[in-house]
Amino acid sequence: MVMSNKYEVVIGLEVHVQLLTESKLFCGCSAEYGAEPNAHTCPVCLGLPGTLPVLNKEALRYALLAARAADCKINKFCKFDRKNYFYPDLPKGYQISQYDLPLGYDGRITIESETGTKDIGLTRIHLEEDAGKLVHQGTVGDSDHSYVDYNRGGVPLIEIVSEPDIRSPQEARAYLKALKQLILYLGISDCNMEEGSLRCDANVSLRPVGEEKFGTKTEVKNMNSFRAVERALAYEVERQREVLNSQGEVVQETRTWDEGKQKTLSMRGKEEAEDYRYFPEPDLMPLQISQDYIDEIDASLPELPLEKKERLQQEYDLPAYDAGVLTQDKEVAKLFEEAVGQDQDPKEVSNWLMGEYLRLIKEENIAPGTSELTGEKLASLLELIDSGTISSNIAKEVFAETFNSGKDPEEIVEERGLKQISDEDELGEIIAEIVADNPGAVEDIRNGKDKAIGFLVGQVMKKTKGKANPQLANQLIREEIAEE
Amino acid sequence: MNIYEMTLAQLIAAREEKELKPEEILAAFAERTAAVEDKVASFVDIIPDFASKEDQENGILQGIPVALKANMATRELTTSCASKMLAEYKTPYESTVASKIKKEGGAIVAKTNMDEFAMGSTTEHSALQTTKNPWNLNHVPGGSSGGAAAAVAAGEVPCALGSDTGGSIRQPASFCGVVGLKPTYGVVSRYGLVAFASSLDQIGPIARTVEDAALMLNIISGHDEKDSTSAAMEYPDYRQGLDKDLAGLTFGLPGSYLEMDIDEEVKSKVQKAVREIKEAGAEVKEIELPPVDLALAAYYIIATAEASSNLARYDGVRYGAREEAGNVMEMFAKTRSKNLGPEVKRRIMLGTYALSAGYQDELYKKALKVRTIIKDKYAQVFEEVDLILGPNSPTPAFKLGEDKNPLDVYYADIFTVPVNISGFPALSLPAGFTEQGLPLSVQLIGPAFGEVKLLQAARGLEKRLAVPTLATLDQGR
Repeated sequence: MVMSNKYEVVIGLEVHVQLLTESKLFCGCSAEYGAEPNAHTCPVCLGLPGTLPVLNKEALRYALLAARAADCKINKFCKFDRKNYFYPDLPKGYQISQYDLPLGYDGRITIESETGTKDIGLTRIHLEEDAGKLVHQGTVGDSDHSYVDYNRGGVPLIEIVSEPDIRSPQEARAYLKALKQLILYLGISDCNMEEGSLRCDANVSLRPVGEEKFGTKTEVKNMNSFRAVERALAYEVERQREVLNSQGEVVQETRTWDEGKQKTLSMRGKEEAEDYRYFPEPDLMPLQISQDYIDEIDASLPELPLEKKERLQQEYDLPAYDAGVLTQDKEVAKLFEEAVGQDQDPKEVSNWLMGEYLRLIKEENIAPGTSELTGEKLASLLELIDSGTISSNIAKEVFAETFNSGKDPEEIVEERGLKQISDEDELGEIIAEIVADNPGAVEDIRNGKDKAIGFLVGQVMKKTKGKANPQLANQLIREEIAEE
Repeated sequence: MNIYEMTLAQLIAAREEKELKPEEILAAFAERTAAVEDKVASFVDIIPDFASKEDQENGILQGIPVALKANMATRELTTSCASKMLAEYKTPYESTVASKIKKEGGAIVAKTNMDEFAMGSTTEHSALQTTKNPWNLNHVPGGSSGGAAAAVAAGEVPCALGSDTGGSIRQPASFCGVVGLKPTYGVVSRYGLVAFASSLDQIGPIARTVEDAALMLNIISGHDEKDSTSAAMEYPDYRQGLDKDLAGLTFGLPGSYLEMDIDEEVKSKVQKAVREIKEAGAEVKEIELPPVDLALAAYYIIATAEASSNLARYDGVRYGAREEAGNVMEMFAKTRSKNLGPEVKRRIMLGTYALSAGYQDELYKKALKVRTIIKDKYAQVFEEVDLILGPNSPTPAFKLGEDKNPLDVYYADIFTVPVNISGFPALSLPAGFTEQGLPLSVQLIGPAFGEVKLLQAARGLEKRLAVPTLATLDQGR
């Protein structure tokens, strides 16, 4: 395809993130996920006649944390607006959102792409309430009735709108990954796409390379995983490319990603786009955000992923790759620093975390930081290896047990008798036996086939159930054969 | 004197002096209601046999029956807003004003008729019943708080609460010859008041005397955490200035108002008030207020815009009426078409239009600018005067069933809406009667949070005008 390089891909993402506040945005109901339908509702979030919203200050603080972490400027005078539309999951017939004066604007998210790092601009971050959820009997089309669950109605969301700075589906995925990592570092959401606490819509268009004017865009919705985002965008880019290559015109419309068909399908055209009749929410006073409060937010920001990565690299002389893996999740970085703090070699600690730890995390399908392993326990395990008390292989066993039970490594070694046999007399006896039992191998060694030593060491390890000190065993075998 | 003829202050005094027991007070009003309700039809819901209502707390209102406009949430009685949409609807929660009245021992005995969702000036837009003016049963009580004003004027309750978005307390108070106070926006919590236009709506008392209105304001005012627009401040005792009289006060008189084409009898009552004020040793200064038609236009854009959004929740999904239909969008449309009245629909359409893309800048946003200008202008006037005196309703009560052009009806709000636009407090004070015996009034306007002074002036003038406020109903005047 010679034509395929003619166009530049332009993508902008709109991401909704549910905030993990205890209560909803405008009432005292619990914002927790997963309760019985409509258990977390009250007259206010059900929009009963006469009720009024009252802003949850914690949600405002969370949203400000996100805005500042993403380098946004803050509108010190900002307000809420009503977005008007009819839908059964929207109890008041309008959503309380922010329109022309969002909380934060002009920010950025740094992503790592194949060509290094790149900043994706953020147009805005604003605070709004979530809608409820419809439960259809059967499919939407043939359902003869539907239920509405308002538990989610009124849960705080932030909407993060990127600039059209994303140039490929891979970059879109990298952007989402970086955004999620940032939010998780802040601890203000669990960013679970399957449960809907992170949702993503995309605007996609193509333009001839070198052209400044944007092409006609489509909006793609209903992508329920990072992978789906990447695939849907790849599909949509190719679809638009084909339309343009066959001299057609891209139609401005909203399209939905069909996971089963692996296609984007037209949902509604531009003409059917709703007029939301935004106007300032008269039930809430405009927000005045003081510089003092912004300073307080800034001071309370934790160390963010990129800062942490750079610091680990410099402070502990780690390779960039290691620092990147360790800071992927702040809990892993925390374990790293705890263990290193116990006077352990940083690279050694890094190897264990990147290897065994992340392997077990994946195997057990749990979140980093939720296993029983602590930095201190990891340090004491490394201590046991260093001192020659256990072999590296045995250490893996001990690690797994500590990971699962939280038991102290030393205790495990003691209880299960896993101490390395480093006693020359004890090991000597075993080796004498093995040498006697394997004349063929001994002959090979004598004939210069050094490989056979490995075989004999293996036999020693087998006999000692892995407890023999392998270096010592090697040395003693050579001595034994030389003596004969 | 019959018990039902006593004012709220007199009833409280008599109960405190042990001359009257709470149950005797309730019984007297229950009896009066039984005698006149058929004629007046003020109440859309009532506690049956409220004479035996026993669940009251000890407090200043113990034994006092109070009626609330049907747009204020109460658990016990329907909050119908006089709409088919909410005809049988009871809220599972209590409005802040209802809680405050109950906490003071008051018995909320009835919900009063109104124009549907508070949209109208005659109470004829009620989908439930027609309330009559107690002074002349062939006339309307005004609106939208017509039932509340009629109930007080007829002696069914000594006081009631109305809501005022563009004059809905003051105009019916004027038509029914009682005192109606719209407090400063934010003084009384709106929590539990079914919204018409959130930035304009304000609850206030309707009573037979200025003192009674002050008494009720003491009870219902105060900061409420449930209402973010409620004023966080020290609330005064609103009765503190009542005996201070008029001397030393400066009144502003918008002379141009009296040159407008309004009822001559209305004008003459304003002029009479001016004379009384001067006689009492107070000053009257000519002032200029922003053009009333400007305020009226801004008002009808802002109020309908907010209403179009506020009334979107009546969609048949969660509560109230629902019409069956093939799919959900049809259900919305059918439910709203069948259960909202013509005036409500007219305003929803006007407001939807005013907020629409392409018209919003020209209409809604311009109206907000006009609002700011009006507010500033009023604030300037209050640098020179303590209060503004002027007409309230441009006419006495209309005849029932008169066929009126909606625009003419909207025009009847010209003197009341500027106050809602600016948020300032205003009071309708009975000023006498027409030759036919229909009540007339004057309007007093105070600066923001200037209720103490407003009530002081109103009390001073009330004493001099000495107008009866109880309609006897047994003889046509």
